[in-house]
Amino acid sequence: MPSLGADMDTGKLVEWLVAPGDSVTQGTVMAVVETQKGAIEIEIFEAGEVVDLVAQVGQTLPVGALLARIGTAGEAGGGGDREPNAVASRRPPEPARGRVPETDLPAPAKPAPAKPAPAKPAPAKPATAKPATAKPATAASAPAGEAVLSSPAARTLAAEAKISLASITGSGPSGAVLLSDVERHLAAGASPVSETPEAGRPTARKGLDMVEMRRAIAAAMTRANRDIPHYYLCHEIDLQAAQDRLATLNIERTPDRRLLMGALLIRATVRALAKVPELNGRHEGDAYVPSGLIHCGLAVAIRGGGLIAPAILDAADMDPDTLMEAMRDIVARTRAGRLRNSELTRGTITVSSLGETGVDALFGVIYPPQVALVGFGAPRLKPVVHDGAVTPRLAVTVSLAADHRVSDGRRGALFLAEISRLLQDPELP
Amino acid sequence: MTRNDILAGLVAELIDVAPDLDPAALGENDHLQDDLGLDSMDFLNLISRLHKRFGLPIPESDYPRLATLAKAVAYLEKEQAG
Repeated sequence: MPSLGADMDTGKLVEWLVAPGDSVTQGTVMAVVETQKGAIEIEIFEAGEVVDLVAQVGQTLPVGALLARIGTAGEAGGGGDREPNAVASRRPPEPARGRVPETDLPAPAKPAPAKPAPAKPAPAKPATAKPATAKPATAASAPAGEAVLSSPAARTLAAEAKISLASITGSGPSGAVLLSDVERHLAAGASPVSETPEAGRPTARKGLDMVEMRRAIAAAMTRANRDIPHYYLCHEIDLQAAQDRLATLNIERTPDRRLLMGALLIRATVRALAKVPELNGRHEGDAYVPSGLIHCGLAVAIRGGGLIAPAILDAADMDPDTLMEAMRDIVARTRAGRLRNSELTRGTITVSSLGETGVDALFGVIYPPQVALVGFGAPRLKPVVHDGAVTPRLAVTVSLAADHRVSDGRRGALFLAEISRLLQDPELP
Repeated sequence: MTRNDILAGLVAELIDVAPDLDPAALGENDHLQDDLGLDSMDFLNLISRLHKRFGLPIPESDYPRLATLAKAVAYLEKEQAG
């Protein structure tokens, strides 16, 4: 069970998306785990073959608990079994509400220790394990009730349409129900069936538990204010030139291809990091580790309260259109409660923006273990001295909250000035 | 297309963009951003969908004319007729 933030103690496994025997590569989504930030897709960071799914659907497990074993095929004389986020559990996972027969639970306390397993895949499986590899996930989860192997998108659509996944024939791996299957089912005129409480369980109410989310925010922000000596800077930026260029660009475009000012602000922020790279990184334990890649977190407000800051991965070289598309995608998935663990855990800096209807400025709290947060107030028409005369121009106040253990005000000021300079650049967006 | 058809289409697209809104609780004079909490990304997504559904260009300069549901219905009605 990977940690999806400093504030997470446990996660509930709601779905396996792979089965023993499946090949996985770096980035394969293995499972869905329900947390206070919604249903999170868990990716693996290694390649290999799924040997054993240890955790049972429905189980709530502590961070560090063993979820599955992955055989790294072709690794001569070493490797052996690995687990995603290879960590042993601090304590054995509790069987989910006593539902799981004891015999089905492998001894989970140790992660198949130093002894390397044979290099060939799927070696370690005892003969007493589940019958065949054909549909093990389904078999294993059947007692848990409505646990049909399905993709998150399929599950969401089925929940929205109030149809039971069990009524749909899956065409995916191991009979998994895919989005296209649900769409076909709906197109065929399926009518909503009465929903058992279990149906659509993982994303019920969009998978966001507001009480838990508030707790998570409290924990992260308390830690930030306790551990990080913040300093703050702010600067007013003339946005009129950027706004004019944006309007010229957008007038030619259909709405789905239009850019938002937010994309330009984030792009300028990301590019400005080239000048002050120490603001991009993570302070973990006692050490600050600068990051080569820029994984730019985006604070996304949830209507009715709450905030999630997933990261747009490797944003450094994105052009405005790519960045806009990435923002559109990540905001949509944040709202729908369908993020990936890498997006929640790998951020190296965060941008928070109040949008069009907010107030002048925002002074943020750094999202640990990051070391800087950039805040944009609402862009507004303001009296600005331009070419020697006071004229109404669009302006925005940008702020920087930064970690004084890592950087100083002088460097922070250089960073904000660089954001401003980039936004005046006629070559932009 | 009657006014009611337009309103129904608009509400359907709005709920698609912001599924957490309760269609029964919407008021025609609710401000999409101030009252219903749409941010600029949601609003742009809504405009994109209205563009597709009604086949209208909806330039940025017209955005203020879609600030509330009632305004948006009037705008869509007028533009479609024109």
